[in-house]
Amino acid sequence: MSTDTDPKGAAAVRIRGLRKSYGTNEVLKGIDLTVAPGEVIAIIGRSGSGKSTLLRCVNGLETFDHGELEVQGRPLVHGDAAAMRALRQQVGMIFQQFNLFPHLTVGRNVMLAPRLVKKESDAALERKARKLLDRVGLGEKFDAYPDQLSGGQQQRVAIARALAMDPGILLCDEITSALDPELVGEVLGVVESLAADGMTLLMVTHEMNFARKVSDRVIFMHQGKVHEMGPPESLFAAPQTPELKQFLASVA
Amino acid sequence: MVEFTLWDILRNLLLAARWTVVLSLIAFVGGGLVGLVLLLLRTLERPWLQRAIAAYVQLFQGTPLLMQLFLAYFGLALFGVETSSWFAASLALTLYTSAFLCEIWHGCVRAVPRGQWEAAQSLALGYMEQMRHVVLPQAMRLAVAPTVGFLVQVIKGTALASVIGFVELTKAGTMITNATFQPFLVYGCVALMYFTLCFPISHYSRVLESKLHVHRH
Repeated sequence: MSTDTDPKGAAAVRIRGLRKSYGTNEVLKGIDLTVAPGEVIAIIGRSGSGKSTLLRCVNGLETFDHGELEVQGRPLVHGDAAAMRALRQQVGMIFQQFNLFPHLTVGRNVMLAPRLVKKESDAALERKARKLLDRVGLGEKFDAYPDQLSGGQQQRVAIARALAMDPGILLCDEITSALDPELVGEVLGVVESLAADGMTLLMVTHEMNFARKVSDRVIFMHQGKVHEMGPPESLFAAPQTPELKQFLASVA
Repeated sequence: MVEFTLWDILRNLLLAARWTVVLSLIAFVGGGLVGLVLLLLRTLERPWLQRAIAAYVQLFQGTPLLMQLFLAYFGLALFGVETSSWFAASLALTLYTSAFLCEIWHGCVRAVPRGQWEAAQSLALGYMEQMRHVVLPQAMRLAVAPTVGFLVQVIKGTALASVIGFVELTKAGTMITNATFQPFLVYGCVALMYFTLCFPISHYSRVLESKLHVHRH
């Protein structure tokens, strides 16, 4: 478990005074957060509280106006393509809508980025892709196209695709929200096994039971700020602020 | 008075039809290349560049091709540039085609969901890699049918090059009519030749459209 006094360099992600506005609407109002390697963080809160925006800042999908963001000791600099490329190799992301490439087979979805970015050999790429697909339970779908798979299967392919870059950190943006209820379990199962293997995870989620079970720390965001933060057992059992109490009551 | 047989008419029209085909190809290859460059520049996040290209597209879409041909032919001469009807027609048709193709393709690129770009970005792909391996293959699938459909417009548009003295199918038809005094027969043949060029293409575009809609890969 990390605290915000970790020495510089030890953190997987370090965020200081992060602010972002869309026009006059400030969506992030000064976020401070340090994530230790291997830590599993669940970010909860109402829609519009800034949790997805925060997540998307970590791999540069969103720009921010003020503050600092470091990933594994290296500052995120927008406009520096080489630095951004290096950073994104360390930070994988999984989306609510899966975002598999529909014109490529499952195998090619997984192999595309390592082939282009890491220039690995074809044989090594395929071996690795098959291994990753086996890991998410879809080894036999190597030659299938995304639209031939169920939502849960597509999301598991998306996880394999992100893992193919060997990221140290994985961002999960409401990855089960677009799934039919009976398919949620298979995806969460994969995420849970990643957490058990020591992957650093930052996940925005509405699955409170899952957050309670898997995460080391839960962050409750409210109106663009970290409103309350703590280990899941205390945060869920004894919320300190009325906003969190109200939020937990509304999702229960 | 010299007698013209039907074969004389057809033979001369067919010879002229070659130049219609060549001019169409120049317009399409040249316009396609310029249009692709414009498209790539337009998708970069440079507001002034996007505005400039949008203005270019509007300019060529909002003025008659006939005026563009006149301006290319007489305008270049005005600036002291030695020009031929060949060069002026190729230039005007290339620019005209590039504007339309840029617009068609831009629409297709924008039809690719934003999440596709984001997924490619988050996998550390560079801008050109995102474009080449993720966005363009999907946009191209959407673009095939309207692009082929537009080719038909270009082929018919080359007829306007006759007004600046370029001898293609339509101009040849006018010249032969002046010699034979058989406008209905001659222009009938001209129309039939345009149809012979265009019909297979528009038919193919419909085939492609239905094919690409049924099979997504």
